[in-house]
Amino acid sequence: MSVSESATLSRSRTRSLLARLEGPQTMGRGPGFWGGAALAVAAAAAYPLMADAWTVGNAAYFLIWTFMAMGLGVVWGYAGALSFGQTAFFGLAGYAYGVITLNLGAAYGLTLLALVLAVAIGGLFALVIGYFMFYGRIQGVFIGIVTLSVTLVLETFMAQTAGPQWRIGEARLNGFNGMSGMPPLTLPWIGGDIVLYPGPSLYYLLLGLVVVCYLGLRIMLNSPFGNVLVAIRENPHRVGMLGYDVRLYQTLAFAIGGAFAALSGALYTAWGQYITPSSMGLTSAALPIVWVAVGGRRDITATLIGTIVVLAGFQSLTIYGSQYALVVMGALLLLTVLVAPQGLIIGAMTLLGRIFKSRKS
Amino acid sequence: MTDILKVQGLRKAFGGVVVANGIDFSLSAGTMHCLIGPNGAGKSSFFRLLLGEHAPDAGTITFDGSDITGLRSFQRIRRGISVKFQVPGIFKALSVRQNLEVAFQDHLHGQSLGATIREMLDFTDLRGNETTPAGILSHGQQQWLEIAMAVGVEPKLLLLDEPTAGMSPDETRKTGEMLHDLNSRGITILAVEHDMAFVEQIARRVTVLHFGSIFASGTIAEIIDHPGVQEIYLGTADA
Repeated sequence: MSVSESATLSRSRTRSLLARLEGPQTMGRGPGFWGGAALAVAAAAAYPLMADAWTVGNAAYFLIWTFMAMGLGVVWGYAGALSFGQTAFFGLAGYAYGVITLNLGAAYGLTLLALVLAVAIGGLFALVIGYFMFYGRIQGVFIGIVTLSVTLVLETFMAQTAGPQWRIGEARLNGFNGMSGMPPLTLPWIGGDIVLYPGPSLYYLLLGLVVVCYLGLRIMLNSPFGNVLVAIRENPHRVGMLGYDVRLYQTLAFAIGGAFAALSGALYTAWGQYITPSSMGLTSAALPIVWVAVGGRRDITATLIGTIVVLAGFQSLTIYGSQYALVVMGALLLLTVLVAPQGLIIGAMTLLGRIFKSRKS
Repeated sequence: MTDILKVQGLRKAFGGVVVANGIDFSLSAGTMHCLIGPNGAGKSSFFRLLLGEHAPDAGTITFDGSDITGLRSFQRIRRGISVKFQVPGIFKALSVRQNLEVAFQDHLHGQSLGATIREMLDFTDLRGNETTPAGILSHGQQQWLEIAMAVGVEPKLLLLDEPTAGMSPDETRKTGEMLHDLNSRGITILAVEHDMAFVEQIARRVTVLHFGSIFASGTIAEIIDHPGVQEIYLGTADA
């Protein structure tokens, strides 16, 4: 193949990939949507210029959770398997980041290597759990029960690692109190590493990651792989009778969702420099379900927006007086199930779409 | 003519209920063949055994020269067996186009995928319904959509479980024409059917199942005139 043919093929593949940013599995298309999205990103990028470092660091905290929510959206909303235990992969990766960085240190950008390894460990664990679940023919509500059990077992296990014998190299696991003192992310730079403490620098890194992951997921969901996931959600028997190995697709989707949860977990540890077993507990496991359900599990954009809105609301309630933030979350979930089972943000987006259409016509 | 499907001594029992009792059956490549028999004769169970949804207690299934008895369902589909279920097995929340895309995308890509989908839309008279959710199509249209989806895996053998169930006479006739069209493209067809007029429209040979065994097999005329078949299934004129 000549150089020009190779370049043409490469351009054609890129165009084909970009075309999948829009498709039947994701809401939003055309200049209006992408213009709005660009404005939203620009506003998010401008936010640190208008807020103090602490508030920006807090906003970074919201962004951290969106990865877990988007991963759950893939597993639950698109592939139809409700995982109640994404926090298992979150916690495992969080601990992995801590153990690796406490042993390797933060010099030479090794924290980035730790981040990658932690995500790989979380994703691999999800792959193993997914393999046993889906190849073991576990379906429906039992997926929720198994995954919840996994996260609760991990929480219980980590909570009893208080003794000095529970250490991996330099890293003590510290039982119920959890690990602390691990370094934040660092970027190797001429003249000294850039340390990403919670603040504008970490915020920008996370914002970039959110945009890349969101666009990447849109491409994946509108690809043939995404088509099959949605078809499995609708009628797994038929998908099998079209020659697809349903178990393989479900396992892969579960591993991808697990890797996204792991990314949240590793970033969370880097952000706060601590991780505790409660990050894998019942309350922690339930919250991602609320974010995704309230936003809308069957659309990645709705999941992303819904998660940020609900998290911001939850934290406002927690900080500014109300002792009932969790009760409000529960009520919100009930309201969603009763009033807009597809999700409040999806409901709002659908309504907006109808209004625009009727005005055009 | 070579056999595309050969079943030998196929047996399956659920507790005391025997749904396949040593079935020996062969199907010539390129034919259209119907399975008939009273309710509970084991027709659908026979299909499930062919598709790998049930594991047989004994016997072998040879498809296109290979023993497929131990293969999983999706592996059998990949070898060239496809199926259309009695209750339409479509993706109701997805559009007609998405249904066809999922069915065809494993073999076709890009422009050839688009061209084939357009061809299937014409074949099924669903042109203009591309964006319609499949669940709101009429029953007959859903059946046709599923037939088109079943063709998506490029089958050598198409199994049809009561393809005209719930259809009007016009829809039934059109379904028969569609199946003749598919057969003319080289697809062997094996259909479970109760509507004898439809059986006469599509099949040259018919096999009668009764209590999980082959009761009779022959041309449509031979089966209609078979006294035993009349007694157990078709009934007699003076009955």
